[in-house]
Amino acid sequence: MSLAAAKGTRPQQAACCGAARRWRRRAPVAVHAAAQVQTASRLDAVEQAPPDPILGVSEAFKKDTSPDKLNLGVGAYRTEELQPYVLKVVRKAEERMLAKDENKEYLPIEGLASFRQATVELLLGADSPAIQEGRVAVLQSLSGTGSLRVGAEFIAKFMPGTVAYISRPTWGNHKNIFADAGVEWREYSYFDPESIGLDFEGMLADLQAAPDGSVVLLHGCAHNPTGVDPTKEQWARIADVLQAKGHLPFFDVAYQGFATGSLEEDAFAPRYFVERGLEFAVAQSYSKNLGLYAERVGAMSFVLSEAGAAQRVLSQMKRIARAIYSNPPVHGARIVAEVVGSEEMFGEWKGEMEMMAGRIKGVRQDLYDALVEINPDKDWSFVLKQIGMFTFTGMTPQQCDNMTNKWHVYMTKDGRLSLAGLSSAKAAYLARAIDDSVRNY
Amino acid sequence: MAASRFLEVPQAPPDAILGISEAFKADNSPQKMNLGVGAYRDEEGKPVVLGAVREAERRVLEDPTENKEYLGMGGIPEFCRLSARMAFGEGSAALREGRNATIQGLSGTGCLRVGGEFLSRFYPGPKIVLIPTPSWANHRAIFERCGMQVQQYRYYKADTRGLDFEGMIEDIKAAPEGAILLLHACAHNPTGVDPTPEQWQGILDAALAKKLLVFFDSAYQGFASGDLDRDGYSIRLFCDAGLELLLAQSFAKNMGLYGERVGALTVIVGDSAAAKKVESQLKITARQMYSNPPRHGASIATRILADPQLYAQWKVELKGMADRILTMRQQLYQALQEVGAPGDWGHILRQIGMFSYTGLTKAQVENMTNKWHVYMTFDGRISMAGLSSSKCGYLAQAMKDSVENC
Repeated sequence: MSLAAAKGTRPQQAACCGAARRWRRRAPVAVHAAAQVQTASRLDAVEQAPPDPILGVSEAFKKDTSPDKLNLGVGAYRTEELQPYVLKVVRKAEERMLAKDENKEYLPIEGLASFRQATVELLLGADSPAIQEGRVAVLQSLSGTGSLRVGAEFIAKFMPGTVAYISRPTWGNHKNIFADAGVEWREYSYFDPESIGLDFEGMLADLQAAPDGSVVLLHGCAHNPTGVDPTKEQWARIADVLQAKGHLPFFDVAYQGFATGSLEEDAFAPRYFVERGLEFAVAQSYSKNLGLYAERVGAMSFVLSEAGAAQRVLSQMKRIARAIYSNPPVHGARIVAEVVGSEEMFGEWKGEMEMMAGRIKGVRQDLYDALVEINPDKDWSFVLKQIGMFTFTGMTPQQCDNMTNKWHVYMTKDGRLSLAGLSSAKAAYLARAIDDSVRNY
Repeated sequence: MAASRFLEVPQAPPDAILGISEAFKADNSPQKMNLGVGAYRDEEGKPVVLGAVREAERRVLEDPTENKEYLGMGGIPEFCRLSARMAFGEGSAALREGRNATIQGLSGTGCLRVGGEFLSRFYPGPKIVLIPTPSWANHRAIFERCGMQVQQYRYYKADTRGLDFEGMIEDIKAAPEGAILLLHACAHNPTGVDPTPEQWQGILDAALAKKLLVFFDSAYQGFASGDLDRDGYSIRLFCDAGLELLLAQSFAKNMGLYGERVGALTVIVGDSAAAKKVESQLKITARQMYSNPPRHGASIATRILADPQLYAQWKVELKGMADRILTMRQQLYQALQEVGAPGDWGHILRQIGMFSYTGLTKAQVENMTNKWHVYMTFDGRISMAGLSSSKCGYLAQAMKDSVENC
């Protein structure tokens, strides 16, 4: 802001030739600028935003210098050595891509065609009638969040006034995404803290009581944060209510492969809904199952009752995406296309998926065993019953604070722990921390 | 199966530019030329991945410390720091004083959108964005999605194929006080018409007089003149005058990172404490849209900006691209003289960057396409990047014919 500083940034003046005259004329600019009074800041009233409930945890973890610290906040897979894991099949895909010397041209707004095909087939199965009949609108988008955002904006625009029902509890960012897109949200009963399981009748009652034609956000599998999933029979009854009420289901599929270890099995719910003839929306993410976190790879799709509607819906999703980011990033999509497009690599991927899910299951068992050893009187069986990356401990915010402040265990305030960030070696330590927090706070 | 609940959803209008690409693909003529393309092409009409980019990419993939972990909501900190430095200059007081809030974003579009959302939420002034006539078609769409009102200021003057400076200044002075003024930092898209340094000063004065909040769209730094500092002139002029401003920076063209979606959004704030708060809000805005930005392209860009050898190599390649475009301008102008195309074609030389507003009318453009298989947009815009030496003569013939007969 000082004059001297302003002058200091003037570029070198050329000694001769026409260009010099233009540059030299810039000298008076500094004087001229001084004549203008700097207008008062209009941005100084902006308040500091609160830390993000999930991503803020990682930031706090980074600052902690304790050797015992454990990051069980964000749902990112770690090896037993607590290192980030880039899948071997991903590395292989990237090497092949580099060797192919492909260009970096813009993708079309809807994304890479081979990626879109692979992604919808992964979810619904290649032989799905919805795919065969061209009834699915698929848009490559920015992982789960970006896909949810496009879907929410679509709902705001084409289903104005429709309320989105989300589970209580749900992933910390769902409410913000819908709200920011201009869609009102309300909660439906889901988690029963007493049984540490599904409040199934409560859920059905709430969906029944909702206005006809509401949007219902469902987790495809491995519910985040609770780890509590409906059974197949329960999915059938959920579908009954959705059908009767004309609700639009909206699946969030971020953990396909992490529930049972099988990519196909974990796709049960959306595939079942296709069988039932339901239209639905679905946001898919490759962040966890292909470990592509930072490459932002996912898709927003609508499964519809007719091909014409799918065409039109896709055209409108493209319009929405165009005003957010224009076209999606190419790198991650190419990786997916490489992996899913090669039978060999797809097989390797399935193996690594099973390994990751297996390690988490193993660590669940270790944690359970350690908890039972420390405190045999408490029922810790919820640890084993819960599915996916997380354990939902039922801990209060104060207990969570103790976990962090005393034990340097970082988790989200809703009591969620990411077991993907736990090693066998640290299970006993974690058990002590949990027991202490639950007992004394 | 019951009828779709989405029966009423209308088909969105087709993308005009895409339609041209598709028609070009379908055309079998060996003479066909695609001058609608918005990406750089070499002499053979092929897309280019810069050597510095390939080398940086190789290093990223071979680096054992690189992984796929989520970036922070604001992206790679070093990328942010170096991008801001590239735009505002080494000596920038604003940067030295920590008055910039910079986050990594999804190329130009993503940065404009996050910036727009931030303003719609936090800017106390009128939620009105002034954009030039004409401007990149997506500007209006982006700001309208943010809930802002979009108004236009005069910019391109058809009879001179140059800047309507008086009209622009008049419209800026007539703007509501405190409105948001969108400026193309250099190589205006689609016209190629840029203000001179003196005119930039006039624009600055007018903006200050009306207390407008300036929002720069910088998609061509280094690509316009071949010199990063020279192309940063307008941004630095405004920033050094002590203004708060926004900058959406894209690396799509100058690093050829198009599909990797690499960009940076900066808000220059009055003081560094406020800048920290602004940064926190930019991050939340990003979180609700896409959580955190894509890593690969920004890792490449960071290496190029940080490594002196890669940076030097990049600058040479960047200048090479800019020079080829300048050469095409000169050759097309020559060819137009040689075939005796009627009219003054000096604007081809004066206009800057990838695009040129030829001044051809819609009817003339139709003739270009239907008779000569030259594909371009109906506003008369051609992409110089889509031109090659060997085709300048043919193009000149086509333009002469169109101007004379349509």
